[in-house]
Amino acid sequence: MTGEKAAPASGSILVVGGGISGLTTAIEAAEVGYEVFLVEKNPYLGGRVAQLNQYFPKLCPPTCGLEINFRRIKDNPRIKILTLSEVESVTGGPGNYDVAVKVNPRFVNEKCTCCGECAEACQAEIASEYDFGMQNIKGAYLPFEMAFPARYVIAPEIIGTADATRAKEACKYDAVDLEMEAKTLNLNVGAIVWSTGWQPYDAAKIDNLGFGQYPNIITNMMMERLASPNGPTRGKILRPSDNKEPQSVAFVQCAGSRDENYLPYCSYICCMASLKQATYVRERYPDAKIYIFYIDLRAAGYRYERFYQTIKADENIFLIKGKVAEVSEDASTHHVTVVAENAVTGEKVHQEVELVVLATGMQPTAATDKLPADLQYTADGFIINDFEKGGMFAAGCANKPADVVSSNQNATGMALKAIQTLVNR
Amino acid sequence: MDKKYGVYICEGCGIGEALDIEKLGEVPKEEGFPVKTCPILCGKEGLALLQKEVADEGVNTLVIAACSRRVLYDVFRFDGCIVDRVNLREQVVWTHPRSTYPAPTEEQKDDETFIDHVQMMAEDYLKMGMARVEKVELPEPYKLETLNKKILVIGGGVSGISAAIDAAKTGYEVTLVEKEASLGGNAKKWRQQLPGTFPYEDLIPPAIESKINELENTANITVKTETVVARIAGEPGDFTVTLKKPGEKTEFDVPYPLPEEMKVDDKGKELDAEALHAKFMEYNKGKKDILSFDPNGEKFGAVILAAGWRPYQPKEGEFAHLGFGELPDVVTNHQFEEIAARGKITRPSDGKDARSVVFIQSPGQGDDKDFSYTGAVTSLVTLKQAKYVREDYADAKAFVFYQHMRTVGLTENFYKSIQQDPGIFLTKGEVSSVSKNGDGLIVEADNTLLGEKVQVKADMVVLATGMVPVTADDPVVNLAYRQGPGFRDNALFDEYADSNFICFPYETQRTGIYAAGAIRRSMTVEEAVEDAAGAALKAIQCLESVSRGVSVHPRSGDMTFPDFFFQRCTQCKRCTEECPFGAIDDDEKGTPKPNPARCRRCGTCMGCCPERIINFADYSIDSIGSMVKAVGVPSEDDYDEPPLRVLGLVCENDAYPALDIAAFNRLAYSADVRLIPVRCLGSVNVIWIKDALAQGMDGVFLLGCKHGDDYQCHFVKGSELADIRMKKIGDALSSLALEEERVAQFQVAIDEYDKLPQIIDDFVASIEEMGPNPFKGF
Repeated sequence: MTGEKAAPASGSILVVGGGISGLTTAIEAAEVGYEVFLVEKNPYLGGRVAQLNQYFPKLCPPTCGLEINFRRIKDNPRIKILTLSEVESVTGGPGNYDVAVKVNPRFVNEKCTCCGECAEACQAEIASEYDFGMQNIKGAYLPFEMAFPARYVIAPEIIGTADATRAKEACKYDAVDLEMEAKTLNLNVGAIVWSTGWQPYDAAKIDNLGFGQYPNIITNMMMERLASPNGPTRGKILRPSDNKEPQSVAFVQCAGSRDENYLPYCSYICCMASLKQATYVRERYPDAKIYIFYIDLRAAGYRYERFYQTIKADENIFLIKGKVAEVSEDASTHHVTVVAENAVTGEKVHQEVELVVLATGMQPTAATDKLPADLQYTADGFIINDFEKGGMFAAGCANKPADVVSSNQNATGMALKAIQTLVNR
Repeated sequence: MDKKYGVYICEGCGIGEALDIEKLGEVPKEEGFPVKTCPILCGKEGLALLQKEVADEGVNTLVIAACSRRVLYDVFRFDGCIVDRVNLREQVVWTHPRSTYPAPTEEQKDDETFIDHVQMMAEDYLKMGMARVEKVELPEPYKLETLNKKILVIGGGVSGISAAIDAAKTGYEVTLVEKEASLGGNAKKWRQQLPGTFPYEDLIPPAIESKINELENTANITVKTETVVARIAGEPGDFTVTLKKPGEKTEFDVPYPLPEEMKVDDKGKELDAEALHAKFMEYNKGKKDILSFDPNGEKFGAVILAAGWRPYQPKEGEFAHLGFGELPDVVTNHQFEEIAARGKITRPSDGKDARSVVFIQSPGQGDDKDFSYTGAVTSLVTLKQAKYVREDYADAKAFVFYQHMRTVGLTENFYKSIQQDPGIFLTKGEVSSVSKNGDGLIVEADNTLLGEKVQVKADMVVLATGMVPVTADDPVVNLAYRQGPGFRDNALFDEYADSNFICFPYETQRTGIYAAGAIRRSMTVEEAVEDAAGAALKAIQCLESVSRGVSVHPRSGDMTFPDFFFQRCTQCKRCTEECPFGAIDDDEKGTPKPNPARCRRCGTCMGCCPERIINFADYSIDSIGSMVKAVGVPSEDDYDEPPLRVLGLVCENDAYPALDIAAFNRLAYSADVRLIPVRCLGSVNVIWIKDALAQGMDGVFLLGCKHGDDYQCHFVKGSELADIRMKKIGDALSSLALEEERVAQFQVAIDEYDKLPQIIDDFVASIEEMGPNPFKGF
C-alpha cells in the first residue's frame, strides 16, 4: 500500500443517470470502496437497455446483466440510489462540488410490497412511455416486472383525480402517500460522472420516411418493445395497423443518421441492431422476407463481423446498398413501399413490405436538455471530457454514441477518473 | 457462533389468506424453534419486533418466512446475524393458487386423507429453512498473510503506458515491463495518428511521444524494458512474478500442462497422480514446478495485460490474386505505414514516387468480408493513409475500394473530411485482381458504385490487413497455474484476450488479470486509452477487494471461500481441472492447493468433489443436503395416492429471478416441486441428487443459465459442467434400476419466465409417466 495517496475512504462520487453506463460507473467505484450517489430521473434503473429485448451479438437478455448489477447494489451499502431525481445545480470545482438534487415524489413509500392492488383499482389509463406509447398503463404502475427499485409509482397526472384515491384505498400496506412532496437534497461530492445517456432521434422529423404518417412505419426502439415478452404484444411482432403478423419487413438504415439535415454522425449501433432485429423476425416468422437498406454495414469488430456472417447466410434476408429516399403507402392494405437506388447495380428499387423499421439514431439527452453544470459539448450535444481539468466526466452515450460493451468499458474508466479526482484533491 | 434461533412468519401479501398460519407455526415449535407471526413483517410493527428480537432477546439466527430474498433485502438485513429468507410469497402462495389447490373445508381439516398441497409446500419450505440455518455459519473473510498492492503492467505501448499512468495517478505503485528496448510499441512506427477527439477531422502527430513523456514524469512507475514475464505464480494480492530478458531460458519459465495423450499409459489408462506429476516435470524439464516460488521473484497484487498486437502475416500464396508476395509494390497497411513514417511515400521496387495508390479493404473472392483481424480501426487507418498520399504529392491520387466503410460513431466525421478531398476516390467494390502493368500495377474491380468494371493504374497497392493480438502467438501472461499459462477460452474470441460478457467487458476466467487495448479487440488509440483506464480500475478494485478478504464480480463482497478437508481427499484432481478460474493448483501427490484470492466463490469445486470435502461457511454439502432431507416425502403409508415429490435445484443468477418474475405474473406450476437455490449449477454435487432419490423423491431437475459458445453462465463453465455431470449420473441411476430421465437439466434465460411453468410441469408429467420412485417409503 502506498501511503496516504491510495484510495481514501472519504470523498463521494455522484453519478448522474442510472442507465447501464451510470450503473457500471457507480458499482465499479463503490466496489473499490467509495461512497456513490446514483441519481436517475426515471422511477427505475436501467435506462435504455431495460427497453431492449436482447443484446447483439449474443442475443441475450439485458435483464441478465442488470440483475447481477442490482444484486451488487443490494450487497453494497456504499451505493445510494435516488430515483425520480434530477440534478438542479452544480457549483464548486474538482474535489469539491455542491450539488442540489430534486427528488420528485413517487407517491408510494417503502412499504410497497408490489402486490399490484393499486393498479387494479385505477380505472383511467395513460400512455406508457416505456413502450413509446404503444400501450396504455394505469396511473399506478410498476414500470416493468424486473424494475428496480421494486416499488410501484403513481403518475403525477392522476394526483387529485378519483384514481389516486382509489389507489390509496386499495393499498393494505399504507404504502400510498398522496401527500408526498418533491424535496431538494444537497450533496457534497468530490467528482461527478455524467451518464445521462441518449434518446431515440425523433423520427417524425425525418420528412421523407413517413413516420407518424403511415402506421406501419416504426422505429428500431419500438421494434424492441414489440419483440419483448413484457411489451405491448407480449413478444409477438405485430404490425400497428391491423395486428397482422408481417411476412415482409424492411429495415431502413441511417434513418436520420449520417445526414447533415438530422444527425450528421453515425449512431454506431443501428447496423447491428437491425441485424439483431432481423433474427427476431426470423425466429417468429421462418419464411418472412427481410430487406435491409444500408449505406455501409458497420460491424465494428470480429464478433460483430461473425454475427453479420450468420445473418448473411439467411436466404430470405436481402441486403441492399442504397439509402431509402422515400416511402409511400397503399391506403387499403397499409403496406409500405420503400424506394431506394441500389448503389451497386444502379437500378431503382421499389420494395413493398408489410412493416418498415426505421433504424433511427441516438441523440444525447444533453442535445435537447443542457445540464446544469459547467460542461463542454460538441455541436451535437455530446459532453467533451477534459481530463486535464478533471472533476467531472462523461460516460457512455452522453460522451459518444457507442454499444453496450464500449459504454461499459468507458464507464469503468470514468469511475477511475472520478476516483483520481478524489485521491488527488 | 452460539446460535439463538427465531422463526418469523409474515401473513401479508396473501400468505395469511392462503395458508393456515397457526398450523404452520406448529412446524418450528415441533423442532424447538421459537416462532412469532406478524400481519405485515416489513411494516413498522413487524420491523420493531425483529429489531427487538435481535437487540434485546439476542436472536442471531433468523428464519424469515415471507417474500423472496430478492426484495426487501435492506429491510431484513441484520448485521452479525444469519438470516434465511423462506420464500412463502413468490414460491408458494403466488404460484399455487387456492383455486387450483383448494384449502380444506372445516370438515376436511380433520380428514387425514385430505391433501393440502399448498400447506404441505409451505411447511416443507419452513423445515428446509430451519434445517439450513442449523448448518451454516457466518463467514470469516480470507485475509492474505502478505498483501501486495503493486500493479504489474505487461506491455509498454499506448495501452500499457496509459494504464500505468492511470494506476499511478490513483495512488498505486506500478511496474511496467516492455519486451523491446524502448517504449512505444506499434504507435512509434506511424507517421501520423487518427484524431481522438471531437471534431475528428484532422490527423494529428502520434501522441505516443507525449505519453511516454507523461509516463516518465509520473511518480511511482518503474519501467523495465527488454523484459518479459517468465511466470506469474500465486494469487491476486500475492503474485510472485519472475521477469527475464526476451529469449532467455530460466528455471522459472512457465511450465505447460501435459497434452492429453501423455496423461495415459500405453493401454490408455489414466496415470496416477504421482506418475502424472513425474511426466509433467519431465515434459517441463529444466523448469521449476508451479508450486516452487521464485525467491527472487517480484511481488505484485494485480496484472494489466496490455501487450498489444502484431501485424497480420499473410501465408504463402495468400492474396496471390492481389499480387501480394509476387509484386513488391503490393504491401500491407502496416508495411505502408512504415514506408510513410520514413519520409515521402516511394515504391519498394524502384524508389520512385507513389502518386497513384490503391487501397483494398476486402480480399474479395465473392465475399464482402474485410481481411481477418480487422475492425472499424482498419477503415479509419486506410483513410489516414490515403491522406498521406495526398500530403506527399500535390497531384497524387488515392483510390479506396471497400465493401463497408466502418467508420462508426463520431469517427464518421473523419470519413466526411476525407470525402472532401478531391484527390481521394472512395467506392464500394470487389477487387478481382492486381497485376503487373509495365513498371506499374493495374487493379481490376467489379460491382462498384460506378456501374461497370473498373480498372485503375496504380504505383502501389495497399492491403488493409488486420491487427493480430499477441495472445495468438503466446500466452504472454504465463501464469504458473496447473490449468496452464494462458487464458482458457481465447479460441472463442479468435485468440483475443477478451471477455464473453457484454455487460462486464473486463471479466475473464483469470481473476486479477485485466486485459486492455488491442490484445482485447482491434481498436484505435482513443479507444485503447479509454480501455486502459477501465482495466486499471478493475486491477485496483481487485486489490481492494482482496485486502478486505472478499470476492470480486459477480459475487462481489462475498466473504466465504472454499474450505478443504484434506484428510479425506483422494487426489482425484477434479476440482483442479474443473474450476473455471484455475483457482486450484495441486502438488506432486495431486492434493489440491487452493488459492482463495483467485476464487469467485461459484462452488464448482464443491459440486465436482466425489468425496465432498469442499464447503463454504454458508453454503455446504450439508446445508443443501439437509434442506433436501427436510422435504417431507409422503408415501403409500400416508395416502393411497401420495403426491410426487420433485426436487428443483435452481441457479440463483438467472433462474431464480425468472421464477420470481413468473410468480409476480401469477403463473402457476406444479405443487409437487420443491426448489432449492444454488450459487451456480456447477456447484451441484451429485450427492444431493442421490439423497433426493434415496429418500423417495421421484425426480430432480436442474434449472440454470445457458451454456455453449454464447454462454450466459455467470461463472463461465458451471452450467456446462453440471450438464456433463448429469449425463454421467445416468449410469448410477441405471444401476439402481431408476430411469435416467428422472434427472434432467434445463437451460433458461432470465427473461424466459413465461416458459418456466411449462418446463416444470412437463418434467413433472414425465415423472408421473414413469411412476413413483420404487424406493419411496423405505
